[in-house]
Amino acid sequence: MAERASPAIELIGIDKSFGPVHANNHVNLVVERGVIHGIVGENGAGKSTLMSILYGFYEADSGEIRINGEPVRIRSSREAISHGIGMVHQHFMLVPPLSVLENVMLGAEGGPLLSEGAGSIRKRLAELGREYGLEVNPDAIVGELSVGLQQRVEILKALVRGADILVLDEPTAVLTPAEADQLFEMLKVLKGERKTIIFITHKLREIMSLTDRVSVMRRGEMVATFDTDKTSPPELADAMVGRKVILKIDKGPAHPGAVVLEARDLVVRDDRGVVRVDGVSFTLREGEILGVAGVAGNGQSELLEALAGIRPLSAGEILIDGEVLPPPKRNPQLERLIGIGHVPEDRHRVGLVMPFEACESAMLGFHRERVYGKGALFDRRAIIADAQSKMKAFDVRPPSPLLKTANFSGGNQQKIVLAREIERNPRILLVGQPTRGVDIGAIEFIHKRIVAQRDAGKALLLVSVELDEIFALSDRIIVLCAGRVTGERRPEDTDAQDLGLLMAGVSERAA
Amino acid sequence: MSSPLRPLPVWADVALIPLVNVAAAFVISGFVVLAIGENPLEAVKILIAGALGDLEGIGFTLYYATSFIFTGLAVAICFHAGLFNIGVEGQAYVAGLGAALAALHLGFLPGYSLVVVAIFAAALFGAAFAFIPGYLQAKRDSHIVITTIMFNYIASALMGYLLVDVLRNPSQMNPETPTFSVYGQVPQFHELLAPLGIHWPETPFNLSFLLALAAAFAVWLTIWRTRLGYEIRTVGANATAAVYGGISPARVTIVTTLLSGALAGGMAVNVILGEEHRLILEYTAGFGFVGIAVALMGRAHPVGIILAAILFGILYQGGAELAFETPKISRDMIVVIQGLVVLFAGALEHMFRRPVAVLLARRTTSPPI
Repeated sequence: MAERASPAIELIGIDKSFGPVHANNHVNLVVERGVIHGIVGENGAGKSTLMSILYGFYEADSGEIRINGEPVRIRSSREAISHGIGMVHQHFMLVPPLSVLENVMLGAEGGPLLSEGAGSIRKRLAELGREYGLEVNPDAIVGELSVGLQQRVEILKALVRGADILVLDEPTAVLTPAEADQLFEMLKVLKGERKTIIFITHKLREIMSLTDRVSVMRRGEMVATFDTDKTSPPELADAMVGRKVILKIDKGPAHPGAVVLEARDLVVRDDRGVVRVDGVSFTLREGEILGVAGVAGNGQSELLEALAGIRPLSAGEILIDGEVLPPPKRNPQLERLIGIGHVPEDRHRVGLVMPFEACESAMLGFHRERVYGKGALFDRRAIIADAQSKMKAFDVRPPSPLLKTANFSGGNQQKIVLAREIERNPRILLVGQPTRGVDIGAIEFIHKRIVAQRDAGKALLLVSVELDEIFALSDRIIVLCAGRVTGERRPEDTDAQDLGLLMAGVSERAA
Repeated sequence: MSSPLRPLPVWADVALIPLVNVAAAFVISGFVVLAIGENPLEAVKILIAGALGDLEGIGFTLYYATSFIFTGLAVAICFHAGLFNIGVEGQAYVAGLGAALAALHLGFLPGYSLVVVAIFAAALFGAAFAFIPGYLQAKRDSHIVITTIMFNYIASALMGYLLVDVLRNPSQMNPETPTFSVYGQVPQFHELLAPLGIHWPETPFNLSFLLALAAAFAVWLTIWRTRLGYEIRTVGANATAAVYGGISPARVTIVTTLLSGALAGGMAVNVILGEEHRLILEYTAGFGFVGIAVALMGRAHPVGIILAAILFGILYQGGAELAFETPKISRDMIVVIQGLVVLFAGALEHMFRRPVAVLLARRTTSPPI
């Protein structure tokens, strides 16, 4: 009776904060034995944190973990392994120059002499290969294997250590579609052998084709759990994005003018060379806000960086006032000169220099301008006065230009970035996640400023993963999924369900 | 558990922590002296007296300090761009070649304009030698620590060849160039002060010291008050933000290493043009490496570097006296102290941070009695 009653894993009231960030907020999760359980959520929803707690990388601030009904305390990955938990990380924890056998043995050598352990593990690998169809040549050098096979080695590592519960963190992110299919076959075989599998992803297609049950995380909370065959991609997308209190904003109708920016068939690759924006075209007019919606990680960031001149275009062209910008000329400096402002998505990493005084951060990108000093030397008084007026205009608190950037709160840091970009009066403003990690009061203030820019005849492109923000601000919405535009809507003609479908990749023709 | 403490007040950060670090280095050096079988207090007395006891000692101390200011600044300016230039030794060495070539072969220049040109030649050669690792870092991603270390060996081999086979005065056995004419020399203070009726004993202390102070001011101005310095600091603090701001990290890397090499050339001005008046083999004698210790101790700030350079000047001059007076202590003792300073001011920079912060917090929050 107890056998049937106790699930493989129970997480009860798990809480974890990193400073002000509440990464896991009272999370409950039950994973039954012998199932494939998916966990979906946007980047930053808290999936990886939760799994790191399960695997002993972090300890929860409060809450309880039960394995097979037994309350346990997991303080290190070694303890997690002893409880039968194995983890396959998104970035493999393998030593490329070593052989498969040596990698599998690592940490389980079984004594100072290798030969004994090597013999038994070689045998075990052969058994596992037969049982689960996980054949790998134990003497192959890991660095020479394909990514799919390397992942197989990771799974074997966990199985050799006696894992009954396998956690896979975004395992398909690095795989080709064919390799992903092989992985799915493998996981189904493992499920047949009564192994429990937790599968983390933000791709709904994988959830639908592979899992038995699926839990949805959003902003550190576990918001829903479904039986996979009783749910649908739109329902999951809806749960992932969430419908919160709609932020109301006084906003008159838009009066779009001439097209100032046109993107034609843009193709953009990320740092690893993967195509993230795949043939995106759109136009942007004066006096309108074009919202770019989508689940995080579907190419919005790369699109924004490409428009801002930070990331090169692999194909396609960008026209400003009908004229093509030749690629070698495109860089952030030039874009500022022709009147393109850019509020980057990540103010910490990109938009500000944290150890700098606020006044120094408030001129980043414009530091070559003559207002800050005519010769080689800066005019400190002009810099401070300029920062002071920007801080006043945007109600930055405290209004101290000499305070270090890092010492401002998130909302006030964001206001510094906005003040810098908006006060320079650009014709086109690219805005990424303007209110991420910003308190409610500042959100309202920032939204009003963005609408005021539109009313002043500026062309604005807004990238946000907050659907509410997209609805509240946009005059037109395009939806990105897997780097492609899956639809264009007007906010008055659509709702969250409709957008959720587009975000899940159900394009108009298919629908 | 490590609970977050309030940040240290500025005075503690810039003055107290370095002092504590240096004090720790000296305390341990004291134990080494004790282990050798000498009295550490006696040793300190001899050291201080040797370095600061008379005008002659002070002259030598400031002469050494001048070299340390230049090499310290060269290392520090790279720190601001997030670069670790270990090659100041080699850059200063090659800068000596520039100074010597100009002083020997441009004798047609009128009066002291010769030495001015020689100073620029030193800076130019130092910068040129630093350019290669800088370029490789910027464009080829070859780590500057590795390349500059290797370039020190290249400098050593190159200069050895040139001094033995090419530049040597044919009538001489020593691997050194002929002596420069008087207009190819930076005047020494005892010469300058003699006509004014002030007697300063003969020391190598020369006008390069003022050049070093000017360079320190120029570095401060560049780093904190110019567009270039702003770009250097942005690249050093957050290269991603720099790209966003339209700053090219590659360009900044190259420009910074050029400036660093030029500053390293200041050491050639002090030693080759100011004292030796000819190029000699291995004249840098490790001063380029001491620059790393000076920059670390001075926390990459020009004022801190001047103070740290003077401290090292005292150590060098006083250490020579110490080795002379107490046979058991060799000049290697200075290297030990240096190593300990690098260890405490560089590698273990934050070791005393927490205790100091705890101590200060306790003092400020303890209830008044």
